[in-house]
Amino acid sequence: MDFLIFQAPMLMVQASLDGILLGILFALIAYGMALQWGVMNIINIAQGDLVILGGYIAYTMYLAGIHPAWGVIVSPIIMYFVGWALYKLVINKVVDRDLFISILATFGIAIVFQQLMNFIFGADVVVAQSEYGTTMLFDNSVTLPNSKIFSAVISLVYAIALVVYMKKSKLGRAIRATAQNARAAKILGVDTEKVYAATFGINAALCGIAGALISITLTLHPYVGLPYTVRSFMIVIVAGLGNLPAVAISGMGLGLFEEFADYILGTEFRIGAVFMLLVFILVYRRFKLSKKREYLK
Amino acid sequence: MNKIAKLFITFISAIAMALVSFSSSFAKVEGEYIVLGSAISLTGKYSSNGVHTQNGYNLAVDRINSMGGVKVGGKSYKFEIIYYDDESNPKRAAQLAERLIKQDGVHYMLGPYSSGLTKAIAPVTEKYKIPMVEANGASRSLFTKGYKYLFAVLSPANQYLEVAIDLAVEKNGGKPVKIAQAFEQDAFSQDVRLGILDAAKRTGSKIIIDDKLPKELNDMAATLAKVKATKPDVLVVSGHTKGALTAIRQIAEMKVDVPMLAMTHCDAAKLSKQHGKKAEYALCASQWHKNLSYKDKFFGTGKKYDKDFKKEFGYAPPYQSAESSAALLVFKDAFERANSFDRDKVRDALKATEMQTFYGNIKFGPGGQNTAKPMILFQVRCKGDTCENKVVAPTKWASDKFFHPIPPWSERG
Repeated sequence: MDFLIFQAPMLMVQASLDGILLGILFALIAYGMALQWGVMNIINIAQGDLVILGGYIAYTMYLAGIHPAWGVIVSPIIMYFVGWALYKLVINKVVDRDLFISILATFGIAIVFQQLMNFIFGADVVVAQSEYGTTMLFDNSVTLPNSKIFSAVISLVYAIALVVYMKKSKLGRAIRATAQNARAAKILGVDTEKVYAATFGINAALCGIAGALISITLTLHPYVGLPYTVRSFMIVIVAGLGNLPAVAISGMGLGLFEEFADYILGTEFRIGAVFMLLVFILVYRRFKLSKKREYLK
Repeated sequence: MNKIAKLFITFISAIAMALVSFSSSFAKVEGEYIVLGSAISLTGKYSSNGVHTQNGYNLAVDRINSMGGVKVGGKSYKFEIIYYDDESNPKRAAQLAERLIKQDGVHYMLGPYSSGLTKAIAPVTEKYKIPMVEANGASRSLFTKGYKYLFAVLSPANQYLEVAIDLAVEKNGGKPVKIAQAFEQDAFSQDVRLGILDAAKRTGSKIIIDDKLPKELNDMAATLAKVKATKPDVLVVSGHTKGALTAIRQIAEMKVDVPMLAMTHCDAAKLSKQHGKKAEYALCASQWHKNLSYKDKFFGTGKKYDKDFKKEFGYAPPYQSAESSAALLVFKDAFERANSFDRDKVRDALKATEMQTFYGNIKFGPGGQNTAKPMILFQVRCKGDTCENKVVAPTKWASDKFFHPIPPWSERG
């Protein structure tokens, strides 16, 4: 335990800002997960690996001499088709089966993706340089990498764009209708198969954006996908499906929680603290549900 | 089942049985070949260093074979290595070691990559009394278990950064320093940490930040913010390549000013490829550097090794390759002194090893670690956009002066 953070108010500010900026990025990944979970009832274990793949797309551009920030436009386009292809190859065979089957299937996809990325890009840790510089606050005692600010802003822009798209566009309405009642939507002429493929594609595209942002803010490695899956799973559990503001708030909350856990418990417990919180929330939710539950006898 | 299927199955099983009997006859020495076995990480998270290790082994095998091989009992033998991919997984590595020994009949082993995998294999080789020369497991705990058949050509992990603390104290006018440290939670990095604790105790220095980093490390912002607030004299980071890369990225972005930054697994080529000049002034612990003046008759000097390796594999050899090549030289020397293929005689010969290779002097201590070779420290220095490793410690090998303190970010371009 380390209480240094309570003695230095600037550390508190630093931790809060770091946490919130990272949290917004997590929220974007979580929103993708919530979307396809809500529409297709699939928990995608490969979510984090899609993120990392998106990051590698931006990194490849960076190697080719293009500024990695363009990755936030190119990566989602490529990832949309990756997601679409994944749906056609694997997910459509498990979409109306029970949750366990889909978890197994996406777990398999996760392993395949990790090994493929390792094979193509190598096991070395890579980063893309944005050269965005740093913003100094409070007489240099709080530093914010501009890349983090950039990533939070881009995440927000995409999230808002997506909400508008879901409300206004024909496909968006079809997706929402399918989420509410797939059978009724089908009867009324919605091509649910197409909706599912598009949803999975949109989710992958969101992961692509997040990945591109991670390539310029953090580091990439074929095997760091899982922590992103766990984080988004957690945010969705707390926020519920199909509620974007809640996803954003719970994302920022998780970011804050992680940063503070890092300062107080130590960096080694950062991910551990997330898992602990996950267990706690699941138990708490069950407890609350059990109070409401009514039995038919 | 129809006839064809039955025939097919009989055929397959016949082939399988033939293979099994063939491979078990594939014992220690087959014709003119001495067969060594190694489980190595060709896929998985250690695959890049696994490949460096394998390239180092292969280069040495080719070199020794082409220069007359190994002379035992008046006859000349060649080396041959059976490799299996351990997928960077300790359980798999232990299984493969069993397989190499029991099925392939290998009597001499070369180590895998990383302390963790060496730890998984050592109990197996020990059980079957198979001498293993390893070049990539530096964890101190490997040498305190009383293993009798394990020999490591590299310096143990606790020595990696001890020199850095001595250097910091020296620069501080002999007075104790304030140390901030962050180590990944794996066997290797934790041993490096123990070395720092020893050095701190010896010099009376104080450790003011002692963070442990998770395996999935990609964000050190919290540790670095603390460093910024507490202003230590030296920051020590060890977390394999990802630790080094994450640290450099975030130190630059957060404009953290420390007078001295010491790390493991950093290498100018790798760091500057990813980070350009931001990596400058970092101090890196290394087992080997091409400019050291050690020599042997197979590879000549370090510089010559560097050149030959580049010609063969198209990239400059990292120390992981150099130490792997040295492992083969040790085996050759031991076979010739034992003048026998008896495992215990070879083991005794290994134990009595005292030789110089291009990689450094080799002499094994009671636990099997190499006690004859010091660690070196180099500093990343850049001219324009090209960065190089310049040896700065120990003084005997230093080619450049140690640049201290690191200029603050406000003065760096």
